Amino acid sequence: MDRPMDLHYSDAQEALRSEARAWLADHAPAPRSLPSLDTAEGFEAHREWEAEMYADRWSVVSWPEEFGGRGVGILEWLVFEEEYWRAQAPLRVSQNGVFLLAPTLFEFGTPAQKARFLPPMASATEIWCQGWSEPDAGSDLAGIRSRARRSDTEGGWILSGQKTWASRGAFAEWCFGLFRSDPEAERHRGLTYFLVDMATPGVTVRPIPQIDGETGFAELFFEDVYVPDDLVLGEVGKGWSVAMATAGSERGLSLRSPARYSCAADRLVDLYARTREHDPARAARSADSVAQAWMDAEAYRLNTLWTATRVLGGGSVGPEASANKIHWSQTDLAIHRTALDLLGPEAELHGDGVDAPWLDGYLFALAGPIYAGTNEIQRNVVAERMLGLPRG
Amino acid sequence: MNFSFTEQQLEFRDAVRQVLAKECTTDDVRAAYDAPVARTSRWATLAELGVTGLTVPEAHGGLGLGMVDLVPLIEEAGRVALPEPLATTTGIAAPFLADVADSGSVGTSGARAGVWLTGIAQGDLTAAVADVRWPDLPVAGADGADLLLVVADTPDGPELHALEGSMTATAPAQSLDPTRRLGTPQWEPSAATLLLAGDTARTAIDRTADRAAVVTGAELLGLADTMIAMTAGYAKDRQQFGKPIGTFQAVKHLVAGAQVLLEFARPVVYGAAWALDQDSPDASRAASVAKSYASEAALEAARVALQVHGAIGYTWECDLHLFLKRSWALAEAWGSAAEHRARLLDSLLAER
Repeated sequence: MDRPMDLHYSDAQEALRSEARAWLADHAPAPRSLPSLDTAEGFEAHREWEAEMYADRWSVVSWPEEFGGRGVGILEWLVFEEEYWRAQAPLRVSQNGVFLLAPTLFEFGTPAQKARFLPPMASATEIWCQGWSEPDAGSDLAGIRSRARRSDTEGGWILSGQKTWASRGAFAEWCFGLFRSDPEAERHRGLTYFLVDMATPGVTVRPIPQIDGETGFAELFFEDVYVPDDLVLGEVGKGWSVAMATAGSERGLSLRSPARYSCAADRLVDLYARTREHDPARAARSADSVAQAWMDAEAYRLNTLWTATRVLGGGSVGPEASANKIHWSQTDLAIHRTALDLLGPEAELHGDGVDAPWLDGYLFALAGPIYAGTNEIQRNVVAERMLGLPRG
Repeated sequence: MNFSFTEQQLEFRDAVRQVLAKECTTDDVRAAYDAPVARTSRWATLAELGVTGLTVPEAHGGLGLGMVDLVPLIEEAGRVALPEPLATTTGIAAPFLADVADSGSVGTSGARAGVWLTGIAQGDLTAAVADVRWPDLPVAGADGADLLLVVADTPDGPELHALEGSMTATAPAQSLDPTRRLGTPQWEPSAATLLLAGDTARTAIDRTADRAAVVTGAELLGLADTMIAMTAGYAKDRQQFGKPIGTFQAVKHLVAGAQVLLEFARPVVYGAAWALDQDSPDASRAASVAKSYASEAALEAARVALQVHGAIGYTWECDLHLFLKRSWALAEAWGSAAEHRARLLDSLLAER
């Protein structure tokens, strides 16, 4: 089908937008009214919110109906996200599951795994964390040393080792992790992707307070943790390619929808307009940055639609996902850094009873160039795989 | 939602790319440095292919297509640093003249516009268009142009005038890039030159500025792509410390940074072309994002290209400078990145 370029959403997509907008208006908590999802109390509050979304089939719109979704496509998901961010609805406590593991489960999972894990993921009954990085394997992910060895007595696998920087790890029920199942194999070979119940004996969680003082991630210790065979995702020894599918989602289309940045950029222009009224000189110094940040968000929106069209036409997202990750992480930082400049001496205000969305957002954005593969690693990927430069 | 080009648009683009790869080598661009001419045999070839008349209405012998169709071809022109004024003639002047021909404007302007449009489609006419903000500065492509579209500032607002024949004489001005063929029109407004006045002139000027921003942005995309490709190629070949310099992260990250900017500038320019074709209320805003993004992408590609090439890139002998100079000129033409950011912010504030 060779349709001319058209950047309008369809009538059906606009109808979905109206339905989502009305539902969110009735149900979404007031902006920033829930406690932080990186606290025990906030984690549960966010879980309840997602259960409410799930009950009316809004938590995972693009999934098939049998798993709790609406069976709609990526464009409909983007429309829903536009409304979600417009409503300033809560951050998704289930994000490591629904945005990262789920696309990987759809691609590599057995029918039994999908039936077992997707519905409780969608309802936030089970929250997932990610067990990839290790103390000595961050950017060099293929250097992981956590081991999986066969259980001689029971079949299945015995996991041992240490994972770190597991977002949501302090409170999550499940973990998806990468372990070395063949000690003889080198680097990318001999890795296996496991789904691990955090309640299994031998799993120890040590929450790590983040830069904002809250326990957004954790260290995970595995001491002879038994995992049955049916919790291997994909083939034994092929964990690297399964993990790269997850990484593609993390850097590419599914983790960070454009609406997140478009809405923040619009609020930045509002902040600029207010600042201009009471401190025109300060506003003027940031004018160029405000416009640039708005453009960066708009460019991200257009690039996402461009990519989504390619994917819907049967194309795939390759190393462009790395360019994407560089762009969204930089955009998030630019928006929030500019906002703090506009706030000036008020930028640092924080703590009990202070609502500091820009400072909180800035602290969150600071992690962007680090997680999901540092931006330096992404630049290597862009140079080597998009432009053919030789590996160092 | 279908944010892509059609097969037909891509096939046309590929055909033009093939022709230009043959007909517009860097040797050809160098020849144009020595003897800048508006209409060449290459221009005739583009006319035969229907490229010069792409946006000319069918009634006047063109293909009657829009900005979305044109932008990929202008990108190809940028890719080879095409010396001829395709962006100006087909991307800026022709759509403007088509509006005039449609609008039953002052006197015989409509009929004259039709004649010029036919000339553009047949490859007999190149046009240069003055930027309304700088009515007295040299105009790109004016030296040797068959038609000059210029602006007169009057107490009642700007007027658009057309100069042809003996009136197209210009005072020469030199550009760092001689293919820019700069010239300052030497003219006096008269009833004979008047094309549009009043509100229609104002509207036409605004639309022209938006179109110019988008097609110039498209040309910058092509230039950036070539500079990045040349640079990646050089980094693969050039050996230092016993290995290609492209193995060093300091080099990789420079090139990757430029590539990321280009990747994101492309859909921005394409989306702005679509908004123009739709007469979208957001078209001006989209045009500003497009020009700003494309200018930044090309300037960064130019900076990185020169840095990675090192001293050889600083020579006349190396082809890189042909692309650098065009990029530097076009980055400022029809509004710099910063000017368009300011314009965008004004527009965002106006709706609040």
